[in-house]
Order: sequence, then structure tokens, then C-alpha cells
Amino acid sequence: MTRHVTLRVLRNKAGSAPRYETFSVNVPESANVLDALERAWHEHDRSLTFRHACHHASCGSCGVRIDGVEKLPCVTPVADYPAGATLTVEPLRNFPVVADLAVDAGRLYRGLDALQAPITRPAEALREAAGAELPEGVAGFKRFENCLECGLCLSACPAMATDPHYLGPAALAAAERVMLAAPAEAGPAILRLLDDEHGLWRCHSAFECTEVCPSNVQPAEALMRLRGMVIRAKFRRLLGREKGST
Amino acid sequence: MMSVQDRPARRDPLQWFNLRGRRGAGLWAFVAMRLSGIGLVVYLYLHLVILRQLAEGPAAWDQFVALAKSPAFLLLDVLLIAGILVHGLNGLRLTLISFGVGVAQQKTLLAGVVALTVVLTALSFYAIFFLKG
Repeated sequence: MTRHVTLRVLRNKAGSAPRYETFSVNVPESANVLDALERAWHEHDRSLTFRHACHHASCGSCGVRIDGVEKLPCVTPVADYPAGATLTVEPLRNFPVVADLAVDAGRLYRGLDALQAPITRPAEALREAAGAELPEGVAGFKRFENCLECGLCLSACPAMATDPHYLGPAALAAAERVMLAAPAEAGPAILRLLDDEHGLWRCHSAFECTEVCPSNVQPAEALMRLRGMVIRAKFRRLLGREKGST
Repeated sequence: MMSVQDRPARRDPLQWFNLRGRRGAGLWAFVAMRLSGIGLVVYLYLHLVILRQLAEGPAAWDQFVALAKSPAFLLLDVLLIAGILVHGLNGLRLTLISFGVGVAQQKTLLAGVVALTVVLTALSFYAIFFLKG
């Protein structure tokens, strides 16, 4: 069973003005939007530029906006939209566009670099599994980073639109994970780094990052917890219970 | 602080008010906070300009008081109260969650802000239009 999909794609090439172009394709009923984009590329225009790799929400490279909402098209079924609807596909906001739907995600990685946040951190035992008897042949349970580094949160964040130096929700959520991994070693330095107008205090609590995150990272909540840590640390210093300065 | 460097990006405050595709109530609260904030700043200056009429004698002031009693002006008073409530109550919500308090309940807190704003604005409307002072 196939479905007819109409894609209205924002085209943007160097040297020409941005414009919308419509592609009509037929895809299986079970297809995702990325499949439809690939079909459009294959059947209609080989210059249509978009980024993708894994096709299963692991690499985080294919993020776009579909009808204005940040999504990973590789795991967004076309069946989520009404039959016959035209899907408007646009690049992520708050990143420079390289071509069509491909953006320069450097801003995301520079934020992570500033915090020396690892792409993945050493695996740790799942809380639920702690103390549980391991199945035969299984050495241990491991939990990996939830964040795909897809940049959807940076696109959805309104504060990113007006502060080009804002670290952004993904990096700030990563900062909390680094702190939790090594609170004694990394904590004070990270809190000092984040206690800045381009850090924790740039967020204006719209919570859109959490709304669009495809991996349940909940960056806004992490950011608020970090704010709480900074404020409590300041109070402790104010009351003379802790040495140090920010 | 940052070692973060980025190519200069276009700063676009109008994106603050771009609700297309936005799904959460948080951005609506974000927009309401900015609109009410701008409104309250404008009101503050209007208030100071109007108070200046006191320096022009009783006649000028009485003329303004007559205008201030008109239904259209009283409706603006209700709007002002609504703006103060939205900004003040949401400000309390943001303060709480910025301390790490009630972060997981931020949507519930926002619902409380909206409910309190509606109820208190309605009471203000009743008091302004129907209670004789």
C-alpha cells in the first residue's frame, strides 16, 4: 500500500534567493518523511540537499522543521499527517544554512566543546539494574548518552535567535551530565563557566527545547537544576559556608 | 566567558513571537511575558505623563479624571490589571523554577498562573464596573 506525499521544501542555494519547491512522490504507507525526501531526490532533483545517515534516530544528523516543528524526519512517519496534506519542510532555525535543508551545526558542537562535554561518557550501571542479578553471559548493563546532538533544541529555542554566543540547551544539558559524572572534579569549574549571560542566564524558560527533543533529554529541566545549583552555591558562599568565588 | 565563537548570526527578536510550529505552553508564556512587560513599560511612561497634569492645576486634572471614568478607560484599567497579573504571577513561577523548585510541575504552575489571572481579572472587572465606591 502506497501513500502519495507532497513535500514543499525550502530551497536555498548560494547565489539564489530562497524559494519553496514542491515535490510529489509515492512512498509506502509505513515510510518516514526522510524516505519521501530521498524519493524526491531520486526521482525529481539530485541537487536537493539534506543531511542524513543512520535512518533510525541515532546519528541526529537529519533534523529539519516539518510544518514548523523540529523533527527527525527519519523517525517521523508520513502517516502522522493527514492523507493528501502538503508537508512543508524547512531547515532548522538559528543555524547558518549551507544548502537547502542542510545547516552548519558548528554552533552546537562549539557549545559542547566549550564545556568539554564528551560525545559519550563512560558507561555506567543503570539505576534500575543496580543490584539486579545479571543474565548469564551479560557482563553488565550500560547506559549511553540520550542526547543525539541533533540540534533540534537549538532550533526551537527563542533565546538562540538573539544571542549568537549562547551555549544553548544541548550543551547546558550536557554540562549537567558532566557534573553528575564527576561533581567533585568538574562541578565548581563548570558552574563558574555557566554562571554567565551567555550561559545559564540567557535561557528564558520557554521549555521549547524539551518539547522538541526526540530523545527525552529534557534540556530545560537540566538547565533549571543547574541554576538551582549555582544559586545555592552563591548562598553558601554568602553565608561563609564555602570558600571560593565565581 | 565563552570560548564559543560563532560566525555572526542575524539577531532577530521577532523570532521571539514566532509561534508557528511551537507546541508547548512555555512559549506562549514566554510571549505573554514579553508583551505584558512592554505594555507595563509603556503604561509607566503614560502614567508619568498624565501625573504631570497635576502641575497644570485643578482644571486640567479634573478634565483627566472625567476621561478616566469613561467605560473605555476603565476597560484599559482592567487590561492593565491583567497585564500586571500575568507578568507578576508568571515572574513568580519563573523565579521558583529557576531555583530548581517545581521544575517538573512547570506546566501545572503555568495553568495556575492562567487560572489566577482569569479569576482576579474577572473580580477586578466586577469591582471596577459594578461596585460603587
